[in-house]
Amino acid sequence: MTLQNARSGLTRRQLLARSVAAGAALVVGPGFIAGNDAAWALETTALKPETMATLVQMARDIYPHDHVPTEFYVVAVKGYDTPEAAPGIEAGIAALDAAAQGKGFSSYVGAGWERDRVDLLRAMEDSAFFQKIRGGLVTGLYNQKAVWPLFGYEGESFSQGGYIERGFDDINWL
Amino acid sequence: MVAKFDQTDSSVVVIIGTGAGGGVLANELAQKGVKVVALEAGGRYLPEDYVNDEWESFGQLAWLDPRTTSGDWRVARDFSGLPAWIVKAVGGTTTHWAGASLRFQDHEWKALTTYGRVDGASLLDWPIDGAEMAPWYDRAESKLGVTRTGDRPGLPGNNNYKVLEKGALALGYKEVHTGRMAINALEYDNRMACQQTGFCFQGCKWGAKWSAAYTEIPAGEATGNLEVRERCHAARIEHDDSGKVTAVVYFDAEGKEQRQAARIVCVAGNSIESPRLLLNSASPMFPDGLANSSGQVGRNYMRHVTGSVYAVFDKPVRMWRGTTMAGIIQDEARNDPARGFVGGYELETLSLGLPFMAAFLDPGGWGREFTTALDSYQNMAGMWIVGEDMPQETNRVSLNSEVKDQFGLPAPNVNFSDHPNDIAMRNHAYKQGMAIYNAVGATRTLPTPPYPSTHNLGTNRMSENPREGVVNRWGQTHDIPNLFISDGSQFTTGAAENPTLTIVALAIRQADHIAREMSANTL
Repeated sequence: MTLQNARSGLTRRQLLARSVAAGAALVVGPGFIAGNDAAWALETTALKPETMATLVQMARDIYPHDHVPTEFYVVAVKGYDTPEAAPGIEAGIAALDAAAQGKGFSSYVGAGWERDRVDLLRAMEDSAFFQKIRGGLVTGLYNQKAVWPLFGYEGESFSQGGYIERGFDDINWL
Repeated sequence: MVAKFDQTDSSVVVIIGTGAGGGVLANELAQKGVKVVALEAGGRYLPEDYVNDEWESFGQLAWLDPRTTSGDWRVARDFSGLPAWIVKAVGGTTTHWAGASLRFQDHEWKALTTYGRVDGASLLDWPIDGAEMAPWYDRAESKLGVTRTGDRPGLPGNNNYKVLEKGALALGYKEVHTGRMAINALEYDNRMACQQTGFCFQGCKWGAKWSAAYTEIPAGEATGNLEVRERCHAARIEHDDSGKVTAVVYFDAEGKEQRQAARIVCVAGNSIESPRLLLNSASPMFPDGLANSSGQVGRNYMRHVTGSVYAVFDKPVRMWRGTTMAGIIQDEARNDPARGFVGGYELETLSLGLPFMAAFLDPGGWGREFTTALDSYQNMAGMWIVGEDMPQETNRVSLNSEVKDQFGLPAPNVNFSDHPNDIAMRNHAYKQGMAIYNAVGATRTLPTPPYPSTHNLGTNRMSENPREGVVNRWGQTHDIPNLFISDGSQFTTGAAENPTLTIVALAIRQADHIAREMSANTL
């Protein structure tokens, strides 16, 4: 379940050659997905890689931040790749794909526009599955210390002596 | 020389809870030579233990025992198991509080007289008034080192304050300043000055903010008259055949049931736990719970009219830098029914870190309307509304017999619905808050719903008439002379101000009363 740097395993070209596009992620092979740019990769153990790829896309569609790389969304949902969690996730994603097919798409990630995918999510937003994923993302995504700088948030400041000499009142545009 | 009292020593005063009420009372009594055993459900955390991390700190300090909610407030939907954001630790919620230390306005002690009868509200005058409380407020401000009181200067304003101030002045507001805060602008009482670190809600790592955890408690312990038993959860209060309380039964850190004898019991467990303890102490003599002949225990739960306004600008604010509650607008705190509601409200700066902003900006919200707001997180400014809510008998803490805590005790249920006056006030405050930020060029404003309650008030209210409340002018229960309430649950009405200073002033005054009555042998 570790997030791998793809460059330490397969080469970028190997990855891309072996993969099928699945929304924000590529299904590279059995038990293995990677970012479209091969900047990250994840081995799945309990979930089907297609399921994980769809889950990552769903996470991005729930909390879309265009400046946040997909690897942070992967970190936010990879905890579901366990034998205990997997059956519920597989069922939830299967329902999502079925709903997409009902609307004429090949699958959830097969819907190319975010608007279409969000419509599918809106239709299921009261479901336990959707609320579990959404609720988990609130901490799973936004409580990653590595994601904070992408929003400008500086985190703890005590170790640096607070902001008394580091700009607590430095606003200059008022 | 920390005291250690025998569990059978029936000469001690037992205080349940060590926050703004119980912690202050414990120290004040100990200073007067009274022997005190303080039972604290939480552990002891000091500045070196606090963490500048919202969720980690929440896990360390928050009261997370099972609780349930009902009523039409949004908290019951979005945070159904977390009606209140308060602390389980030595020092109680004084570790978490922002530090705002405001006196009630004189008319707020007499809400019924001032506002008149309000349909659906159980308004009542306090049996005490501003003149009587003035000297106790003086002592409380001095104890807490409140800025802009005595000869203490104000804190400097941070970025978030500067935005608020400019917008407020543009709207014509006059009472705009960096607050009266129990946060040192200069070194005071052996505590250092504020370093503008932020994370006031997570416990002040400098000790610049007053907290009972590292002021009252060690000061009381140093007298040799105070024993604090931490991780001890009060389960019920026992009484004798004459109806006087005699002991407190509690679960210790190992979960073992213990009993401490008492001459006097003072309950200061916050407005959810205090009525719960009285209700859980029901006996054949008091089948509806202790001190509940009026049926008022648990009723009139108040939480202040709250809400936040965040605003996005086209340039950075970085509101998290520095004091969390860095300034205030007081012009709307007056009572002016021409605005469409009685009572008033304060507007105070507030900031949340990114993790809590994601959780509280629009609970349950998702999609681009939500995420584009967070994308501008560093360009946000924020304020909090705190106004007087109407007491209502049906807003109440009661026992949920279907949900038990880790000790098998019925959990508290908190039922709350807004009164129409509350809604009118909140909408007025949202409108003013958004206008303030628009006046400084906000590109987007976000009227944000109330968080789980931090100001929990009124469930054992003070009344002149024993049939209308639970305690008298001293916080002494009408029914049982040696049983006192020492926290915010004794509030008759909530006023517009953050409650801690008033809780502290009442505790200092109550200690004086109890010590006097003990020496006179009338207690």
